[in-house]
Amino acid sequence: MLPSRVLTFCVVEMQKLRHDRTELVTRSIQPILWLVIFGQTFSRIHAIPTGSQPYLDYMAPGIIAQSGMFIAIFYGIQIIWERDAGILAKLLVTPTPRIALVAGKSFAATVRALAQVLVVLVVAAMLGVHLRYNPLHLLGVVLVVTLGTAFFSCLSMTIAGLVRSRDRLMGIGQAITMPLFFASNALYPLALMPTWLRVLSNINPLSYEVGALRDLLVGSPSNLLRDFAVLLLAAGAMMYAASRLLDRLAR
Amino acid sequence: MSVTAIAVDCRGLTHRFGDQVAVDDLDLRVEHGQIVGLLGPNGAGKTTTIRVLNTLLPVQQGHVEVFGHDVAHASITVRRLIGYVPQQLSIEAALTGRENVGLFARLFDVPRRQRSARVDEVLAAMDLSESADRLAGTYSGGMIRRLELAQALVNRPALLILDEPTVGLDPVARDGVWDRVRHMRDEYGMSVLLTTHYMQEADELCDRIVLLHRGRLRAEGQPQQLKSVLGPEASLDDVFRHYTGDSLSQSTESEGGIASVRTIRRTARRVG
Repeated sequence: MLPSRVLTFCVVEMQKLRHDRTELVTRSIQPILWLVIFGQTFSRIHAIPTGSQPYLDYMAPGIIAQSGMFIAIFYGIQIIWERDAGILAKLLVTPTPRIALVAGKSFAATVRALAQVLVVLVVAAMLGVHLRYNPLHLLGVVLVVTLGTAFFSCLSMTIAGLVRSRDRLMGIGQAITMPLFFASNALYPLALMPTWLRVLSNINPLSYEVGALRDLLVGSPSNLLRDFAVLLLAAGAMMYAASRLLDRLAR
Repeated sequence: MSVTAIAVDCRGLTHRFGDQVAVDDLDLRVEHGQIVGLLGPNGAGKTTTIRVLNTLLPVQQGHVEVFGHDVAHASITVRRLIGYVPQQLSIEAALTGRENVGLFARLFDVPRRQRSARVDEVLAAMDLSESADRLAGTYSGGMIRRLELAQALVNRPALLILDEPTVGLDPVARDGVWDRVRHMRDEYGMSVLLTTHYMQEADELCDRIVLLHRGRLRAEGQPQQLKSVLGPEASLDDVFRHYTGDSLSQSTESEGGIASVRTIRRTARRVG
């Protein structure tokens, strides 16, 4: 039942995107700006030491992870909107297990995140980033982004289940997004961070997502097995937490 | 899946929100094929009762069965038997009418081979065939309500639960909704449990009326029976006032007033 439900929500997401692609275009602007302005500028000033690897090559996988997180972290707002509009109640009254609803919603966020991956990869290639196009690696990228987006969207839905208000969630979302991004290895190596930030980075799933993407896309070695295991565990735990709080949100 | 002749059998249902008792020792029975109207002022416990029946709220105290299935322990089975239309006009505005109904056909596991025909069938029954491929965000309030009915009916539910389905609709749209509810009941023999604030509608549509006030059952019976108790000229409005003490004008914020106002405002905004 779970795969069929997840597929249903993915189909719905695709249908929505087919009717209105504006969101895809507007959401693409930010990662493009990061790559084109921040990436190119920092490449020229050599402010961040990345060894023999060009800074744009180092940064591109981080921007992929970041754009997926930025989409997912506000997904709780959508579920609160659906609660307010009565849509969530109707979905909860269907014979769909709560975990399937949460998984479906998070995979729906993944559909949007993967569209961003495509945009970033195209722009990165145009900027001369040395990407690896091995189909197996690209499949790995899809899997990593799926797990990362699932974690962050379920984190957002979990917070939604706790705070139950759009305004509060908006505030919390804004408060945690940048710290999650900066306390990761998306923009600079762990070695450059002060110890306390390195500790935070080590417990931040975004770091493992970036590490895996860097390995798969530009060949920077990482412990892929560990990265996948951390992402799988984090996404699974957060999915469970969000599904436990879904009924509370609807009441 | 076994289906008994009793659609809803609710005994001693009590539900509290903190210290506030929303439903107090309620006994409610809906026979198969009946249309039963749950009436009462704001805060009477109608929506809470409905939300327990459709598994959105847990059964805190008492015993609730839908077609012989215990709501507390067989929630997935119960959900398969139910079609639900909530108070708010709740559709995915970014999807077409057909896609909105198709989503629920998938969620209710309507077999793939039958899905398209079933979606077409309920859209036609709700007179939405011509506008089925338009975005639902462009629909009028009455059309949205009919689309929601189509969503609720796509799995051919044995019990249709409607929570104030005509709130915020103009009289023509209201008539359209009720005509279709009657038609679907006659066509498929399903049971209908509904709440409404429109007494005339309840009088014309319902086989039985259950009147709640402050969470307790105050009266129940056929509309004619209830009216005849008060005299030959009595209307259902008189019955309502008699049992609730004219609560429509006494309704306070704690009786759901502010929440109801918000809901109605939200609905009005969405309908435009």
